[in-house]
Amino acid sequence: MAALGIAAGSANWFTALALGVTLLKCLLIPTYHSTDFEVHRNWLAITHNLPISQWYYEATSEWTLDYPPFFAWFEYALSHVAKYFDPEMLKVHNLNYSSSRTLLFQRFSVIFTDALFVYAVYECCKCIEGRKSDGSVRWNSFSFVRVTSLGLVVFLVTALSLGPFLALNQLPQIFSRLFPFKRGLCHAYWAPNFWALYNVLDKVLSVIGLQLKLLDPSKIPKASMTSGLVQEFQHVVLPSVTPLATFVCTLMAVLPSVFCLWFKPQGPRGFLRCLILCALSSFLFGWHVHEKAILLAILPLSLLSVEKADDASIFLILTTTGHFSLFPLLFTAPELPIKILLMLLFTIYSISSLKTLFRKEKPLFNWMETFYLLGLGPLEICCEFLFPFTSWKLKYPFIPLLLTSVYCAVGITYSWLKLYVSVLTGPPVGKTKKK
Amino acid sequence: MEKWYLMTVVVLIGLTVRWTVSLNSYSGAGKPPMFGDYEAQRHWQEITFNLPIKQWYFNSSDNNLQYWGLDYPPLTAYHSLLCAHVAKFINPDWIALHTSRGYESQAHKLFMRTTVLIADLLIYIPAVVLYCCCLKEISTKKKIANALCILLYPGLILIDYGHFQYNSVSLGFALWGVLGVSYDWDLLGSLAFCLALNYKQMELYHSLPFFCFLLGKCFKKGLKGKGFALLLKLACTVAGSFILCWLPFFTDKEQTLQVLRRLFPVDRGLFEDKVANVWCSFSVFLKIKDILPRDIQIIISFCFTFLSLLPACVKLILQPSPKGFKFTLVGCALSFFLFSFQVHEKSILLVSLPVCLVLNEIPFMSTWFLLVSTFSMLPLLLKDGLLLPSLVTVMAFFIACATCFSIFEKICEEELQLKSFSISVRKYLPSFTFLPRIIQYLFFLSVITMALLTLMTITLDPPQKLPDLFSVLVCFVSCLNFLFFLVYFNIIIMWDSKTERNQKKVN
Repeated sequence: MAALGIAAGSANWFTALALGVTLLKCLLIPTYHSTDFEVHRNWLAITHNLPISQWYYEATSEWTLDYPPFFAWFEYALSHVAKYFDPEMLKVHNLNYSSSRTLLFQRFSVIFTDALFVYAVYECCKCIEGRKSDGSVRWNSFSFVRVTSLGLVVFLVTALSLGPFLALNQLPQIFSRLFPFKRGLCHAYWAPNFWALYNVLDKVLSVIGLQLKLLDPSKIPKASMTSGLVQEFQHVVLPSVTPLATFVCTLMAVLPSVFCLWFKPQGPRGFLRCLILCALSSFLFGWHVHEKAILLAILPLSLLSVEKADDASIFLILTTTGHFSLFPLLFTAPELPIKILLMLLFTIYSISSLKTLFRKEKPLFNWMETFYLLGLGPLEICCEFLFPFTSWKLKYPFIPLLLTSVYCAVGITYSWLKLYVSVLTGPPVGKTKKK
Repeated sequence: MEKWYLMTVVVLIGLTVRWTVSLNSYSGAGKPPMFGDYEAQRHWQEITFNLPIKQWYFNSSDNNLQYWGLDYPPLTAYHSLLCAHVAKFINPDWIALHTSRGYESQAHKLFMRTTVLIADLLIYIPAVVLYCCCLKEISTKKKIANALCILLYPGLILIDYGHFQYNSVSLGFALWGVLGVSYDWDLLGSLAFCLALNYKQMELYHSLPFFCFLLGKCFKKGLKGKGFALLLKLACTVAGSFILCWLPFFTDKEQTLQVLRRLFPVDRGLFEDKVANVWCSFSVFLKIKDILPRDIQIIISFCFTFLSLLPACVKLILQPSPKGFKFTLVGCALSFFLFSFQVHEKSILLVSLPVCLVLNEIPFMSTWFLLVSTFSMLPLLLKDGLLLPSLVTVMAFFIACATCFSIFEKICEEELQLKSFSISVRKYLPSFTFLPRIIQYLFFLSVITMALLTLMTITLDPPQKLPDLFSVLVCFVSCLNFLFFLVYFNIIIMWDSKTERNQKKVN
């Protein structure tokens, strides 16, 4: 028993934490789920029943397959487990089918496959604690063999993924499914990126223009800018934005950090920083960005946050505003306490523990940043508790979304700029990382 | 305290678990005509809001006592009235007289669950946090870990936020009482306990230890001086709080008697349904309910209860100490649960609360007991459709305790507080060193049996001739466990001596 005890003791806090989080996920099984539930049920059905040649052409349901082939294979693998839970969910024509067993299967599939994420976190934590060495990698020596082997790996993986579809001449169809430029500039809920600010500026200018009689009211399109399924829309005052324009903006935003990585390498942490900057730049300037995409920047930044106070500060601003921007996605009343509690839990813990970690250095936030973060509280109260009881709810139902989006866009843009400055002004690191 | 933010995180975790459990079904959901405890609480809001106080406990055309008549003391009624006023503000249909019977909607469920959460947040959770912060001779980390484990105790969460009850109010007040009395705030402590008692009459299980502890304190201070003054002040506090709560019902004798009749339904028999106590388990072999007349049943139950708790209570009067008080709370409540009249399975929570309080002293045994206590309510939880949250919260609780207290490293005589007992036995039986090992084996046996029974209850159908087979087995196994714990806790109480405590301090 003592041996079991010692083993259990040293199996340690990480296992307990991972298990605890997994159990919390199990408690969330009966909560709200969005249309994405039907999306994935549909993909299970498609991949299970139809031959590969039909996967990207199938359109019985409006939720067509719009992820790359490996995801389709993943759904195919899952569907073989799904059939033991409820074979009815695998019928393509069973639109919006959701028995309790289907729900259970779907939820458990997410919880189970999260094991990969948990393992990755475990390995990253070992790196941070310094148990793993960075390896004596030389970052500024060009190696033809290294480049070729990297290129070969990328090619092989892509070939494996797209090969069958290339053989079937379906690449254009896949491309049109993966990158649906017919959707609007902004997602229905307005990701808090640059274009949200751009839209608001355009709206403000148009209102001012109308008031000052500079614009002709008959020329202004009535279509709302918020629907995601609508065709491209026109901006009124500022120039309209095309997918090409967003691509160019993203490229321009990404290039400085990439050049920095090439010519002023800062070791693996520099690589991570560049990765985060690229993710953030794409989020800020991309076409039809979904709010979920902010997670692509937040997660890698969490690794850096425990090592430098500046990174910690940027991380905390980004993560708090990023999480808050996801609130409109969970709009149901039973889930309101859950999202507030989890947000408070994470925010309080991360701020306090990082403050304790860096207590010997300068404070993490200046007064402006503190004010901004504290402002999230009143914003939430206004949007979710006060606004629904006002008369504006019927006339302008999108105002909470707009306010949330704009407020968070400010924070995210600020983090992006701060991170960029730290990357561009940071000192280059030598050949190997000293520990 | 430093690390206040960790305590905040623990409370937030506790609240998150509570709210996510509350998203599941409640007792009697969608089951007309009687529904369940959820409908009972809603009905009490309807009654207290629409009828004058004089009619709350009486049978009338507007108040049919057969349909969930009020059977808790006045504070529950006042609480229901308060909730009813809020309900009226949101949607009067929820408490409309007669027409709101069986009212079920998503919005109403949210409202009811919120009332439980608010009551918990105002009364029980602060008591737990304060209790853990005030623990002596423990590091801050251990205090926070202790709070986490207590707040994660599955039994209370599942009953309050799943089945639907307000146990956190009465248990919270009782805990405030324990706090007050343990830290020499005797008057406030007894006031808090009186409030608990006036919320649910089952708190009487805890009343004897409170009485004995306070009496012991009075004796210690000397009955001729300060002790007598304290005794008088306590008597006044208790009387005053009772009068305050029962004021509307003291107006005439019939009112008071009727309330008492509703609180103590002596006509209902030794036990109802399946409960993990001795009488129900014994009736598997011998149907005592049918053999013995009602009066004999009451007398036997009375005798067994009081004989089993007497030693601990006497010791508490003679040697009052906070530690002895907590263990006596456990022992007394367990005696009442096992041997008393008309015990319901949810009354095990009255034993679980004191066990939570001694979690940091005997983590292994406490965790074991708390797991069994949740298991004993399995049939009830399954009936309410709470299988998934039950499994998850039990696993979470077990992992939390195992990690925070390293329970599997604490199974030696000293950690189990059985050292003085073992030494006494070794005077007659020198080779009596195997007690910890026996306890380990019993633990494994218990856990395996509970896991197997749970699996069987979930997956198999009971045989046609014995439809209650699994419920009875669950009760029987739990009862055996509880009897073992009764013996164990009484051993700790009786063999707990000053010398042992001094030795611990020296070490």
